[in-house]
Amino acid sequence: MDSALIIEKSIFIVVIFAVTMLMAMYSTWAERKVAAFLQDRVGPNRAGWGGLLQPLADGLKLFAKEEFEPNTPNKFLFFVGPGVAMATALITSAVIPWGDKLEIFGRTVILQATDIDVSLLYIFGVISVGVYGIMIGGWASNNKFSLMGAVRAASQMVSYEVAMGLSIIALLMMSGSLSLRAITEQQHGMDWNVFYQPVGFLIFLICAFAETNRTPFDLAECESELIGGYHTEYSSMKMGFYLFAEYANMFISSTILAVLYFGGYNYPGMDWVGIHWGTNIATLIGIAVLFVKICAFIFFYMWVRWTIPRFRYDQLMNLGWKILIPLSIINIMITGICILAFK
Amino acid sequence: MSTVLLIFYILSAFTLATAFLTIYSKNPIHSAIYLVLCMVSIMGHYLLFNAQFLALVQLIVYAGAIMVLFLFTIMLMNLNKEDEVHKPRMTRYAAVIIFILLCGVLTYVFVDTKPIMGEYDVTGQDFQSIKVLGKVLLNEYMVPFEFVSILLLTAMLGVVLLSKKEKSTR
Repeated sequence: MDSALIIEKSIFIVVIFAVTMLMAMYSTWAERKVAAFLQDRVGPNRAGWGGLLQPLADGLKLFAKEEFEPNTPNKFLFFVGPGVAMATALITSAVIPWGDKLEIFGRTVILQATDIDVSLLYIFGVISVGVYGIMIGGWASNNKFSLMGAVRAASQMVSYEVAMGLSIIALLMMSGSLSLRAITEQQHGMDWNVFYQPVGFLIFLICAFAETNRTPFDLAECESELIGGYHTEYSSMKMGFYLFAEYANMFISSTILAVLYFGGYNYPGMDWVGIHWGTNIATLIGIAVLFVKICAFIFFYMWVRWTIPRFRYDQLMNLGWKILIPLSIINIMITGICILAFK
Repeated sequence: MSTVLLIFYILSAFTLATAFLTIYSKNPIHSAIYLVLCMVSIMGHYLLFNAQFLALVQLIVYAGAIMVLFLFTIMLMNLNKEDEVHKPRMTRYAAVIIFILLCGVLTYVFVDTKPIMGEYDVTGQDFQSIKVLGKVLLNEYMVPFEFVSILLLTAMLGVVLLSKKEKSTR
């Protein structure tokens, strides 16, 4: 491994980190703007033009706020909880292909931090570990409401991970590879997986909502029953970390949805652009297309949040275990039959 | 000393320390968290063998599913000092005797085996990708594989039956 590669990857990782942070920051602004739009209000408009500096002001406020520590015997775990939530939200981006390849100074730069063989499983692994941030934080708060929130989050995530994994299996049967780059390259042009796997996409979408703890599945922080859920006792930047991790998760899961089902950086006519305008232009347009898809999904998340009310707990469990899991198994069977019939 | 060997020593120290702390710590939640760390470090050992699939399955199944349910159960139970079941003196003596016997057996086994301390080296052979693994599992080990899945199904059915609410009989 030459040192240029290490420098290249380091720069790339820092850029991805910065972009994830920026997207998470501006998701908070977008959320408030979308909420305002849907409720016929103006939304934040004081800091900067159209409230564009609002996320910075919020961040500054969270940093400057008083740090309150509850009377808990587990100070260390109380401290670790938000860190785990944030770290797991950020490391998923390592295996996502953000674009095809760029040619800079005679080097071919592949726009992906690492392309491991089992990148899809890596994402699942990180997501399944992500629940510890909420569980540990909620338990260490030494508060019954926090504990209830943590337990709800854990049971919800474990239940929906099953359906999520099963919906992915149908996709894997078609692609034959776990590598996200291979899956993206198979969806060249307009050959997106969503046209072949509409049911799988729907199941995955619902599970992604549940995994990121977004409405209508935000029972972990259900404020009418549990005050604030698992982050009731948190204040200042620790609370900021939890909220930020939620938005970072939303960004990452939108990216995964775009990569798995909506073709990632592929767009119709990419070959034509590649031949006539050069590879670099085609790749840059590809990155822009990927981010448009991601933003569309983030908007969809917000749209749903301000439209659909929260589920009741038993409805949530019934949906997960009695509808989504059998549906995804039927989806796998139909996919298998179709693969046998058409190949 | 090669880098891989150094990583191996650090990882092993971490694995052993967390495994010990799992037993040693008084608080059951802390025990469970140490066990999670132990599982994750075992994943590191798999990665040293370049077994990526196995490593990630270890992470998903043990750290991500089993230990989450463990923590979940422990958190819901109210484990206080006063609720602890009082164990009779005989049980404690028996525990000490069994511990000494087990120690003897384990020491004998460890002394008797002559472990081959190999080095990590690159063979260039693909033994871990899902394609190879799937072919091995469904060709060579087809029958045991199916038996294991039937075993899991039986266990699942048993759990559903046990947790089902009994209908009130007149």
